Order: sequence, then C-alpha cells, then structure tokens
Amino acid sequence: MADSIIVDTATRIFQDLCEPAIVNDAETGEWPQALWQALEENGLPLAWVPDDLGGAGAELLDGFAVLRVAGRFAAPVPIAETLLAGWLLAQARIAAPAGPMTIAPVHRDGNIELGADGTLRGRARHVPFARQARHIAVLCRRDGARAVALVEGAGLAVSGATSLAGEPRDEVQFDGAVPQQIGPVPAGLDEAALCLLGAAARTQQMAGALERILDMSVQHALDREQFGRPIGKFQAVQHNLATLAGDVAAAGAAADAAAEALAGSGIAGEAVLGEVAIAKIRVGEAAGTGAAIAHQVHGAMGFTYELSLHHSTRRLWAWREEFGNETAWAKRLGHLVARHGADQLWPFLTAGS
Amino acid sequence: MAYNFRFDPIELPPEAKELRQEVRAFLRQEIEAGTFTAEGGKGSFSKAFSRKVGAKGWIGMTWPKKYGGHERSHLERYVVTEEMLAARAPTRSHSTADRQSGPVILRYGQEAVKQKILPQIAAGELCFCIGLSEPNSGSDVFAAATRATKTEGGWLVNGRKIWTSNAHRSDYMIGLLRTSPATKENRRHGLTQFLIDMKSPGIAIRPIINLAGQHDFNEVVFDDVFVPDLHLIGEVDMAWKQASDELAYERSGPDRWLETFQSLTELVRLAGAEPDDRLAAGIGREVAHLATLRRMSLSVAGMLQAGKTPAVEAAVVKDLGTNFEQALPDKVRLLAPEEGDSTPERNDERFEEALRFTTLIAPKLTIQGGTREVLRGIIARGLGLR
Repeated sequence: MADSIIVDTATRIFQDLCEPAIVNDAETGEWPQALWQALEENGLPLAWVPDDLGGAGAELLDGFAVLRVAGRFAAPVPIAETLLAGWLLAQARIAAPAGPMTIAPVHRDGNIELGADGTLRGRARHVPFARQARHIAVLCRRDGARAVALVEGAGLAVSGATSLAGEPRDEVQFDGAVPQQIGPVPAGLDEAALCLLGAAARTQQMAGALERILDMSVQHALDREQFGRPIGKFQAVQHNLATLAGDVAAAGAAADAAAEALAGSGIAGEAVLGEVAIAKIRVGEAAGTGAAIAHQVHGAMGFTYELSLHHSTRRLWAWREEFGNETAWAKRLGHLVARHGADQLWPFLTAGS
Repeated sequence: MAYNFRFDPIELPPEAKELRQEVRAFLRQEIEAGTFTAEGGKGSFSKAFSRKVGAKGWIGMTWPKKYGGHERSHLERYVVTEEMLAARAPTRSHSTADRQSGPVILRYGQEAVKQKILPQIAAGELCFCIGLSEPNSGSDVFAAATRATKTEGGWLVNGRKIWTSNAHRSDYMIGLLRTSPATKENRRHGLTQFLIDMKSPGIAIRPIINLAGQHDFNEVVFDDVFVPDLHLIGEVDMAWKQASDELAYERSGPDRWLETFQSLTELVRLAGAEPDDRLAAGIGREVAHLATLRRMSLSVAGMLQAGKTPAVEAAVVKDLGTNFEQALPDKVRLLAPEEGDSTPERNDERFEEALRFTTLIAPKLTIQGGTREVLRGIIARGLGLR
C-alpha cells in the first residue's frame, strides 16, 4: 500500500495547479513552472531516489501512486520520466540533480554507446520531454556491459516531435556528448528492463486517466438532457458506462498488480515480466475501448478542443503505444506461457497468490 | 467521486497456499484413478466424487463446526473452488448447495433444519437446485407466481418453475414462492423462500434438453405439494430483503471466468513450445484478461472475508468474467493453426473436444445467475445513474 500522505499531497498539488488551461498551455510549449515547482518542493519527482543520493527515499509503490494521480489530472510534466531517471541514476549510485529529467533509450533495442574517449554515440527516438529535460539519464553500453550516464540536456541535438497528446517525444542525438557522470549498473539492468519499468509507470498513468474519463462521462450523462431527461437515464447509455466502469476497474487492478510485483521482487524474473506484460496488455485494451465509450457518451462536445476530455483520451492513445503496446507485450507473454507448456498455465496464473 | 470500485490486492494466507497443493494432489489422484478427465465437460455430476470432497472437509468450509462446517476462511474456500474448476472436477452434485443453498439455510433457516441439512450438505450427500425462474419470470425474478398457500402445519405449493438446473438429481430445492400479492409501494413484496423436499408427492419433473445435448434444465411442476412450516426460510413475504447479499457470493466466484478455460489450455498445448508470434500474441492477450479477472475475483473474496458486501464489485467481476469466458472459445478458434489436406495431422483431439464443448455452452454464460443486461443495470446503479 502506498503512503496516503504522499497521495494526498500529490492530489492537492494537481488539483490546484494542473487545471485544464495549464494542460492546454503546455501543449503550446509553455512550461508549467508553478506545477513543477510545487512537485519538486514536495520531493515527488525524486521519490524513487534514496536520501543519500538527494531524493525522497520513498517506496516504489509511493511513486506509482503519484503517477496514478498525475494520470488522473493529465499532468503535462515529466513526472514519470523524472521518477524513472532518478531510479536509473540511483542504480549506478549517481546522485540525482534538481530539475526535470528524462530517460533514454525508451525502446528495447536502444543502442547508445559510451566510447573509450568518454563520449556517447548514438541516437534515441521518442524520448519523452527531452527538450524540457535539464538532464537525461542514459542507459548505455560500454565494452558490452551497461552503464548509466548523466547527460546535460542543453547542447544536445533534439529534433522535436510530439505524441498524440501534444507532449514532447523527441529524437535525441548523443554523438559526442560528454556525460557529467558515469556509473556501472547491477547485472540484469538493460534496455528491456528499463522498458519494463517504463511500461509499469505508464499503466499507472493510464489507469488514472481512465478513472478521470469515467468520472467525466458519468457526470456528463447526469447533466446532459435530451428527449426530456438526462441521457444517463437511457439504458443504452447506462450499459455503455457500466462497460467503461468494468474496464476502468480492470485497468486499475492490472496496473496495481504490476506495481506490487515490481515493489516485491524488483525488475528481474519471469513473474515480474508476466505481471507487467499482463498490465500493459489489459490497460492498453481498456484505454482503447474506454476512450471510445467516453467519447460516445460526450457526443459532439467531447470532440471539441474546448472540453478537456481529450487531455485524457489523447494521452491514453499515446501512452498505450509507449514502452511496448499490447501486441508487443502479448507476444512476450504468449511465448513465456508457451515455453512452460499447457499444464503449467494454471500454476502460472495462480503462482502470485 | 460518488463511486470508486476498489479491487484491493489479496495476499493469500499460508494455509490457503498449502491447501492449494493439497487439493491439486487430490485431483491428480482422482484423474489418475479415472474418476474424471480434464478436457471437455463430461461427467460433471458425481455423487461419489462429492462424498470424497466432503470427506476432505472441502464442502461448507466456512460454516460453523456445529453444523458440519469447518470454520475456514472464504479465501480457503476460494482456493478449493478455483482448483476444482480449473481441473474440471465433477462438482455439480454439491456445488450449488455449497455456494448458495447452504449459506441461505445457515443464515435464514430454522434451527432444526440447520442441524439436519447442513451436515449432510457438508458431507457431500445432498444435491440442491434453485427454484427461481418461471415461464413468465426470468430476469424479472420478483414476478414469480408459483403460490404457497397456508394450510394446517405448513404450506401448499402450486405452479411451475422452469430452467431449473439439476432438479432431476436434486434432493432439495430452495424455491422462491408467492405468499402474498405485490404491493403498490413495493413490487418485490410478497415472495418467500422455502426448502422443498424434491421427493414430496405432487412434484413432477420434465427434462429440457439444452443445445449441447445435455439434460441439465428441467421444468418442475407443483401440484398441491405440502411443505412443512419448519421449511420456511426467513420471513414470510420478505424474501427480497434476503436475496441481495447472497448475490455477492454467487456473482464473483471463479465459475464466472473459468468455464471455458480448457479451450485456452488446449490451445497452448496445440501451440507447442515455440508458436509463431501471431499465436503467441493471441495467447498472451487472453492470459492477460484471465489473470486480471482472477485478481479482481480474489479481491472480492477478500472483501467478503472482511465482512463487506461488495455487490457492485461482484457484478463488475461477473460482467467482465462471463463476457470474457463467452468470447474465449471464439478467440481460440481463430488462433488455432489452419489445418488442411496437406498439413501434418496435428493430433488435437483434446483441443477439438474442448473447443466444441466450450463453443456450445458459451451462450448460457452471460445469462445464468443474472443476465449481462441485469448486471449492467446493477453497475449503472452503483455509478449513480439509477
């Protein structure tokens, strides 16, 4: 269970400082300084960094709970990315600097080299918030082994692209970049493992966004009148919302299962791989069907830029694709199940509990 | 938020984990002894098997010892139930009594009935059926018209119940009968639950064969059937108050997402250790759904154990679970590698049998025990829309 004080703090900050207008402004490139500052002052972006490395030293579950809240408010800041970067740096015993951070690479086939001359070589695509990150925590290869490099954002060649949600997803050129610090990482920490943690983070944000669109949809169905009564009184609409509620509940449960598995046994092992795969698949599916129902209930209003429903639905469409989509994870999970064979399917499903 | 469906994680206690291994060992023995086979749906009714399960102490697990129960937790019961289902063990002779009828008697039955009936259920000796549906009362449970009229020392029952599963093999029915007309203020008023001995004179049972060729359904006709006062369950005319919390038990259990599980198991067998990516992804997706459903279902069991009545959460699990298990055979069918005249024979008898059986039973899964439409209405009410 996450610490309720941390969750309450996060909720209060997002409630006060992450209104729809702030999210809209962020999409035009305006950095939500007040929001970020409040998050930093409360130690949330570095929750996963131990005290002695400059962080808040909170549990993994606390960070995941913050991400759930951030997702609920469509927070247009690299809170997930800074958490991940802080965690990655801590693996290499590198102290976390202040300010927004992100990680690279975000793909399993990421291939950034650290040469003998101490400079980096390679590029990373779809790096979230790279242009706004003061630092990037880079997982790189040095003589075949993995290392973490802390790189300053300023000075890197960043070509800007955006996600469906209008958030920065940049291509970053690392050629010739000189890291501020370099540290070795424990065995087992590779690009795939980083992706695993990233996927788990996204499932929390998505579960939060799904909670938000259920809230909005139910409220809209109660408020909006047609044919002389609230549309929520029509059975067809009720059943759509019941379906949405089921998907939201399933997404929340799946995301939490992944978070708990990671908190319990770290990034290594088949059980954790299985739980994260299950979560990214199930939450990704819920994102698709859930967003569709939310829009259907909202009618034309929900299709406007004016209504903030799209802050959540566009993020859902973007996030389900990041750190491996449903099919990518389903393949991994399916191969894992197949390797163990039919008679181990039920034991696999019941292994965690 | 007016609603917040919570499915908090459950860590099974160590005794439940030990119990799981015990149940698995027992089931392995039974399969080896030829009591039942794991694929298909044959032999789902076996009183001999139920007696063995009773002897193990796995029926009426949560009931007080003085009624033949074992005072174990809902979570332990959950483990036994899901292991039996996953192995396709023949539990039909005791499952209804264990899940529904026994708890109703325990809660609302008269003392003498509890002392007599519950230990027999726990021993695996008694089979129960549920007398709810009637020709004009399906999802609309409270429209039941089969009458119980007061007479000397008891009640006289007249009318018809239909779609009654297992009536022809049951020792008792718990029937919902009309004792008074509904009132203007409350259309659910006027119904009463009774324990009915199926050997009573005046009961006629007519089989209704289902589309899978099985005899499960029945029509049960009551012609001046005498039911003693002792068999009155709960308050006269007030059954509607008794019905709702039972449903949380009925609606969220593993039988609401495991009924077609064997089709997936057999697909994995057919796929072998190195399936292509398409097949692997298909398997992965279904496993993701299944694992999530199990977690949610287990969470409801945990809430029940904690003394809560998570009626809406249970409806959510049943709606998601039955839709999943209904769609599963079709997903499996389309994932199976194509077979033609020139492809190697795939030696797939188990797969074929599992797929045939699950395809045929799929339609009932979103109907029995509360239709999809009824469940979504319950969820909508939980959302504040009704």
